[in-house]
Amino acid sequence: MTDHLLEVRNLSVRFHTAQGFVNAVNDVSWHLDRGETLAILGESGSGKSVSSSAIMNLIDCPPGEITSGEILFDGQDLLQLDNEARRALNGKRIAMIFQDPMSHFNPVYTVGWQIEETVTAHGRPAAQARARALELVKRVGIPDPEGALNKYPHEFSGGQRQRLMIAMALALKPDILIADEPTTALDVTVQAEVLTLLHELQDETGMGLVLITHDLGVVADVADRLVVMEKGCIVETGRPHDIYHNAQHPYTRKLIAAAPGKGVMRQPDPSAAPILCVQGLQKSYGTFHALSGVTFDVRRGETLAVVGESGSGKSTIARLVLRLESSSGGKALWKGEDLLTKTPKEMSKVRREIQMVFQDPTQSLNPKMTVFQIISEAWAIHRDVLPKDKWRARVEELLDQVGLEAGHAERYPHQFSGGQRQRIAIARALALEPELIICDEAVSALDVSIQAQVIELLGKLRDDLGIAFIFIAHDLPVVRDFADRVLVMKSGEIVEDGSVEQIFEAPRKPYTKRLLAAGLDPDPAVQKQRRDARLAL
Amino acid sequence: MSEHVAATVRPHRKTVFGRFISMLWADKFAFFATTFLLLVVLCALIGPSLLEDVAGKQNLRARNAPPFVLDRGWVYFLGGDALGRPLFARIVVAAQNTMMVAAGAVALSITIGATLGLIAGYLGRWPSEIIMRFADVIMSFPSLLLAVIVLYILEPSVGNLIIVLAITRIPIYLRTTRAEVLEVRERMFVQAAQVMGASSGRIIFRHILPMIFPTLVTIATLDFAFVMLAESALSFLGIGIQPPEITWGLMVSQGRQYLTSAWWLAFWPGLIIILTTMSLNLLSSWMRTALDPTQRWRLEIGGKSND
Repeated sequence: MTDHLLEVRNLSVRFHTAQGFVNAVNDVSWHLDRGETLAILGESGSGKSVSSSAIMNLIDCPPGEITSGEILFDGQDLLQLDNEARRALNGKRIAMIFQDPMSHFNPVYTVGWQIEETVTAHGRPAAQARARALELVKRVGIPDPEGALNKYPHEFSGGQRQRLMIAMALALKPDILIADEPTTALDVTVQAEVLTLLHELQDETGMGLVLITHDLGVVADVADRLVVMEKGCIVETGRPHDIYHNAQHPYTRKLIAAAPGKGVMRQPDPSAAPILCVQGLQKSYGTFHALSGVTFDVRRGETLAVVGESGSGKSTIARLVLRLESSSGGKALWKGEDLLTKTPKEMSKVRREIQMVFQDPTQSLNPKMTVFQIISEAWAIHRDVLPKDKWRARVEELLDQVGLEAGHAERYPHQFSGGQRQRIAIARALALEPELIICDEAVSALDVSIQAQVIELLGKLRDDLGIAFIFIAHDLPVVRDFADRVLVMKSGEIVEDGSVEQIFEAPRKPYTKRLLAAGLDPDPAVQKQRRDARLAL
Repeated sequence: MSEHVAATVRPHRKTVFGRFISMLWADKFAFFATTFLLLVVLCALIGPSLLEDVAGKQNLRARNAPPFVLDRGWVYFLGGDALGRPLFARIVVAAQNTMMVAAGAVALSITIGATLGLIAGYLGRWPSEIIMRFADVIMSFPSLLLAVIVLYILEPSVGNLIIVLAITRIPIYLRTTRAEVLEVRERMFVQAAQVMGASSGRIIFRHILPMIFPTLVTIATLDFAFVMLAESALSFLGIGIQPPEITWGLMVSQGRQYLTSAWWLAFWPGLIIILTTMSLNLLSSWMRTALDPTQRWRLEIGGKSND
């Protein structure tokens, strides 16, 4: 018997796979007290979500198998209870929220109906349920609460949906709320608001909060205690402040060191000649203006970052310049010639000089082609670049350049990890020796330590080969380390542009200031100051 | 997938053919299905030259002879039909016409259907509209009625039968292909190829077609059975294959009137149709796995699956 609210003791879970047993978590123990926020930090594959899945009875057995351990809640071992008893606890005493609220809500029912259902499912009368739902929706700060109850999930923004999911989770005043990457899919400003909401709600209800995340900034913002996981084992436990400044385990140290935003800022070279001049670029969908008159230059060998929240039109720029979509107006002059009016045949020649790296390497590599086929396709399209007998040697050279082995050429994309796949995508972009590479959120799908490696690789390519980059990102610390100049975008317009130093040290526009203030710092002490500063703003 | 997984995949030492044989052996059902299909193809190729005379010779004493009786010789092992012709020999001989009609119709409809579907899905709005309305016209017209009209006008022959059956099946491939193309063309790797400057032809044949090919093959195997039965329906109406030419479908429909007295007349050819379709199905599901690099390991680890 313990006096902790929830305690996980020596939990081991393994999964049956084609390669034999895989231990998802190994002898993991942690506890949660009332009113406390425990963060579980880890990269993908670290097993950070597995123990909470075990708590919520979400592990499918088979292929999953809980080999040892106990989960104590209210003096009972949850793993010994039958499914009926667990269902009575789930949602009522222990609630959970997920990363993607859109898939959590059923699209064919109104939000109000779904919140009420949570209440009635645990045996409360319908009249009470309606009142409770309204109260909750009001509390999580949705505008026009009465109207909101009758709306469908798709009518809300991502941040609002996450608030609604929190409302649904809190409907029965649970003792424990488990949040699995609750803010990962959200913009920075929205993320900050949702974290603040969670913090306030916890103060009001005194519930215990388990926050599963990969982001040191989130930990620094809200966690009281921190558990760091690597490959299914807990490597470190303690207060975030202590761990940040005095990490014991090499993995934790590596993770902290990999957090971006601490390097020396680069200075743009004003003498370089511009290679791409975008003038008054526009794109409208019906009456909606995705881009309204954007003008900027990219100079030879420089890195221009385009930052903004979702819907700001930053990716649209890339798609228009590369003619993946047709523009509604404006010019994009590549070495003096307008890309937007070229015929497909003329465009095909220019494509050699401008390449792109996409956000998700899992989707941007054809799953039915080997790495060799993927990279050499560029030469199959542009026959004059390289004679066929030199393809193999060049592929091996490129793989070496991006930090993979020559022997990897015959493998298929699914046989690589996410970071390795992005390296393959970069090697493919390099195959045509481009002068400009457009990276559309090229590192945002990757783990922090992998992200740092890929950024380092891109930096090396920039210095060695003199390639210019347009670096589209929502993650400000990464931009700070990598870019020469920054464009800040909002609603299809450029709010502010300048060198990295100007934007990060002396932002002029309120929107830029807000964006910077909403960013999370991995250092808990710094983050506390930031949070106070933001709330004052 | 982690690097750990990549390391466990064995290097390919065998030849491509050897690898496919060992992957086929890993899936026993597919292996026997292939064996059966090879047998059928063999019958279709050399059956008529060996057994044509036997299959056509009437023997009134063996009318509706029951199966599993060896008195009249091994060709009567499966019994005799209404005119006393040996069923076994007839099935072997009929394989040629059946396979020709079914394979021909399926191959023709898949080629035309997939091509039109790719055009409708990849090119602009107008070609798509025209092709889709064309498909609607075919689909809204009862396929059997269409076949009856066409075959009354034209001479009933194997070639015409193939064409008529193919036309009625085109919309199935066309619509599936178009729907899949619309989805696959939005995938990121297709855009990546566009950025690289790939031509439309290259994108269609190198990137889109391999993705939708397994679906098409699966539909084709199911369609194989449908075409065989449709052909028998037309033969029953007297506008398909004309006796003394035979097909399995025709044998089934000829045996139908004796179902209560001599079940084997319709049963044996029916069984062969079922076995052929089932084999094609098993083979196509094996092929789907074998052609997909992300699933191939299931066959390469050689049946040691854990699921």
